[in-house]
Amino acid sequence: MKYEVDQLGFYGRYGGAFIPELLHKNIAELQEQYLQIMNTQDFKRQFNRLLCDYVGRPSPLYFAKRLSEKFQTKIYLKREDLNHTGSHKINNTIGQILLAKHLGKTRIIAETGAGQHGVATATVAALAGLECVVYMGEKDIERQAPNVARMKMLGATVKPATSGSKTLKDATNEAIRDWINHPDDTYYIIGSVVGPHPYPDMVARFQSVISEEMMQQLAAQTGRDYPDRIIACIGGGSNAAGAYYHFLDNDKVELVSVEAGGLGIDSGHSAATSVLGTDGVIHASLTKLMQDKDGQIIEPYSISAGLDYPGIGPLHAHLISSGRTKVLTANDDEAVKAGYELTRLEGIIPALESAHALAALPKIKFKPGEITVVNLSGRGDKDLATYLKYLND
Amino acid sequence: MGTQRLQQLFRNKKENLLSIYITAGYPEKDAMPKLIKLLADKGVDFIEAGMPYSDPLADGPTIQHSSSVALKNGMNLSLYFKQIAQVRLEVNLPILFMGYFNQILKTDIDKFLQQCEIAGIDGLIIPDLSPEIYQNRYQDIFKKYDLGLVFLISPTTSNKRIQLIDELSSGFIYVVSSSATTGKTGGFGQEHLQYFKKIKAMPLKNPTIIGFGIDLADKYKTACRYANGAIIGSAFIKALNHENYLKTASDFVKRIKKTAL
Repeated sequence: MKYEVDQLGFYGRYGGAFIPELLHKNIAELQEQYLQIMNTQDFKRQFNRLLCDYVGRPSPLYFAKRLSEKFQTKIYLKREDLNHTGSHKINNTIGQILLAKHLGKTRIIAETGAGQHGVATATVAALAGLECVVYMGEKDIERQAPNVARMKMLGATVKPATSGSKTLKDATNEAIRDWINHPDDTYYIIGSVVGPHPYPDMVARFQSVISEEMMQQLAAQTGRDYPDRIIACIGGGSNAAGAYYHFLDNDKVELVSVEAGGLGIDSGHSAATSVLGTDGVIHASLTKLMQDKDGQIIEPYSISAGLDYPGIGPLHAHLISSGRTKVLTANDDEAVKAGYELTRLEGIIPALESAHALAALPKIKFKPGEITVVNLSGRGDKDLATYLKYLND
Repeated sequence: MGTQRLQQLFRNKKENLLSIYITAGYPEKDAMPKLIKLLADKGVDFIEAGMPYSDPLADGPTIQHSSSVALKNGMNLSLYFKQIAQVRLEVNLPILFMGYFNQILKTDIDKFLQQCEIAGIDGLIIPDLSPEIYQNRYQDIFKKYDLGLVFLISPTTSNKRIQLIDELSSGFIYVVSSSATTGKTGGFGQEHLQYFKKIKAMPLKNPTIIGFGIDLADKYKTACRYANGAIIGSAFIKALNHENYLKTASDFVKRIKKTAL
């Protein structure tokens, strides 16, 4: 594979593990063992069984007929929204909780933005019978109340991150600090392809079940095991990494990553990291991030709590800088509109994050007969209040 | 000067070294030069001058708070270097830059290290620059400059790694007192003392300084029994939360020195 991570955890010039010494032992343990554990027959069997019986995989690949008619092309939706807990996030948390168990850890921590990863983590922690603490920005706790309630019902403790912008970036800082303070019993389940090596590679591998299924489903439904194009939204980039994974080396597949433009790229209220960002270190990884001239991290903005992250996973920084992926942006209003459109045309309410991927459709020139897959990363139940507010405004 | 001032200090004084951490721009924008002068007067041996960062991963609530106040007060890198250069004309104790790697990377490593030399910085403490990444990616650049580089060890650092860190460090080794972010209070237990003893018994080329969670004169005293000295950070920052912070700062140092002797 051309886009694989190297020994020190770099994809080209991006990645690595810029960690305080206090985390070295835990990170080194993971670096040394993750592949070995993930590749055992026993682990694979447990992982696949849970994905099938518990998560409900394979998730359908659905030919969206009316949406296709509208854009005069063939659009398929990879239905990650139908997974247990409502998004792709659970693919990764199932994998990591098995890893945590294998390493003998008894306490689980996680960060969350929209609450999807927090819910997915609280769910697997309940399943495994482990204590769970989820860090969530104070601001996100307010705007994602239903997910906060779900985490609590699942037995997790939700701790507000009150520093900085009080959103995902700060929740991640708090989770990392928690890990520093609990080096022995705690396992940190990161929710995206971000953070120090080996997390970006590990999370991408757990999410790669998306593209693996896509190949089989496309072969069965279209007679060809790859599409012409895959569209996915990126905040940190885990659903995109999973949707691209098995197609990274197939240059016939165009990969389109959609970033959150917020109120507009030049508005000062945006999360379009690849456009506004420069090289720097965030959450222990060298990547593209939004920062000022002194390297202070700039607070991002998006209507979607899952996309307002000031960085992107190092794999994505590499894919973008090498020209392998194409980046489009969708602003708040475009995403909401695309969300309504899918709801009315297909009867599917997408998460605001996934609505950003759908909002790219009008910006693409389709050739006749082309096949496009949109990774529908999550369902929109959690976003109803935001959708309705927009309609009323 | 650079490493010379550090070497001279450690040559002349081998025990009870006292270092104080300050956050530049806290509690007010131009506090740093005043505080450094005062601390030099009070007999503090060297200064850890923190450049505030938006996302300080290794720091607990106290230093996080001082950092965000400092940034709001208008502290930035060019002002930081200006204030260091200004106070360098009046004091001769070693001053170390403490900051996160992104601040250096964003400025451009060469340019940043040049600025350190020009301003009169003697060394750097970069908590999120790991020895492996330094060795593989950045060592050649850092070696061009006459600046000490201080790496951290923690209770979970293996003996083999401590040797590597001793190889790579110039100036001293920063011995993190416990597995925690900065500013965690509570006394030293048996496991701390075991760890300190182990470090003390190792044949290291660099002096050792214990830091993180040194909040009381007692802990400072204990730390000095096992290392060449100690760094006080969060407890000092807390003492600055006062209208007349120069007075409370001075009282703080006096108290530590008095009880520790």
